[in-house]
Amino acid sequence: MSSGRHLVVVGASLAGLRAVEAARRSGFDGRITLIGAEPHLPYDRPPLSKTFLDGEDLPPFRGEEVLREELGVELALGAAATALDIGARTVRAGEREFGYDALVVATGAGARALPRTGGLRGVHTLRTRDDALAVRRALDAGARTVVVGAGFIGSEVASAARKRGLDVTIVEALPTPLVRAVGETMGGACAALHARGGTELRCGVGVSAVEGDGRVERVRLSDGTVLAADLVVAGIGAVPATGWLAGSGLTLDDGVVCDETLFTGAPGVYAAGDVARWHNPLFGRHMRLEHWTSAAEQGAVAARNALDPADAKPYSTVPYFWSDWYGARIQFVGVPVTDEVRVVDGDLAGERFVALYRAGDRLVGALTLNGQPQVMKYRGLIMRGASWAEGLEFADRRRAAAKESV
Amino acid sequence: MKIVVDYARCTGLGICESLAPGVFEVDDSGDLIMLTETISADDLEGVRQAIEGCPTEALRLEP
Repeated sequence: MSSGRHLVVVGASLAGLRAVEAARRSGFDGRITLIGAEPHLPYDRPPLSKTFLDGEDLPPFRGEEVLREELGVELALGAAATALDIGARTVRAGEREFGYDALVVATGAGARALPRTGGLRGVHTLRTRDDALAVRRALDAGARTVVVGAGFIGSEVASAARKRGLDVTIVEALPTPLVRAVGETMGGACAALHARGGTELRCGVGVSAVEGDGRVERVRLSDGTVLAADLVVAGIGAVPATGWLAGSGLTLDDGVVCDETLFTGAPGVYAAGDVARWHNPLFGRHMRLEHWTSAAEQGAVAARNALDPADAKPYSTVPYFWSDWYGARIQFVGVPVTDEVRVVDGDLAGERFVALYRAGDRLVGALTLNGQPQVMKYRGLIMRGASWAEGLEFADRRRAAAKESV
Repeated sequence: MKIVVDYARCTGLGICESLAPGVFEVDDSGDLIMLTETISADDLEGVRQAIEGCPTEALRLEP
């Protein structure tokens, strides 16, 4: 690794942090600049819709001293990147311009906002620390809460509100929530947790207006229902933050399109995390994941590949996410594109279940409720390209062993 | 090389188990157990990935 080179990482969240750490760990001794839109040091996001809402603290991943001194990172925080010139090899952020030899694009995704609510206090998305703090304060004040969108973020917010004994309603436009994440059958099974948790879930109904005098007072639904609300949280998805790359020459299609090594096609430029749409060799197709694990791993891979393109390594993964609702843990491994879903342990109405996903004759996914002891064993099977029959055999063995131990 | 688990931070997500199944396992009560004290050369890369992949940063390696 020749010194004197400059690695620029755009995006100071998990993928960006892991990029700078991996660069140093691989022996890179040149300059590193970490550019971030938010003024905060890099922090973790999963807790924002979970324990942080319950009042827990959220320290940054690394102290400023560690970043500046131990890792030798120049921090350029508080101004979003606005332009990339792949010919001149420069990135613009705020008033500054940064030349790079290697670049990791890790700008993540931005929460989609509810339309026509601009300026109304009490209406939030939940993506950043500042968002989460505002939501937490509203919950602290005992807000009557309406959550728009029954995805993972919205469901976690509802769960946090119920934990405080607050009234909360979730409004979901689709007839079944979470279809894209876990498929229709299992989306329904997960949604059933809301009723047990005391949250009212209204599916197949849209929001026609969010109203109030300066601050939100009510939410009007497309079926005519009016819900009183002091807090509205929109969990209606996120959009990859690629606006600043328009006209840069990078290929943009629901994210920055990359090959299997996270290479964007522009010399020295790699992408990582929620913004990257890369070719996952394990499933033979392009994917863009908004998952913690892939962001962490991709950040490290992108930096190493950007610094040593001649020896660039592919990144493949079995997607994994988790979500905590009403004290229960939902975990999913694999992909939900499927020909069949089969419950192999527990039952969908109970406290615990394991469901397997089949595509052709391959095991491609597993969803568990409170199935921590099992879920990663299925991830291992999927990683090894296990057949559907192997997945079912494994489930049989687990059930038999569980019976014996009773 | 020795693996140190910070059980106060570990929430049993199990990422480590999928990356180094010979070393880590989430048991039936959802707690992380170590299957071995000594890390073989074969396991080392998986253990490194598990440390990097732990969402609660509960793992570290000590000489």
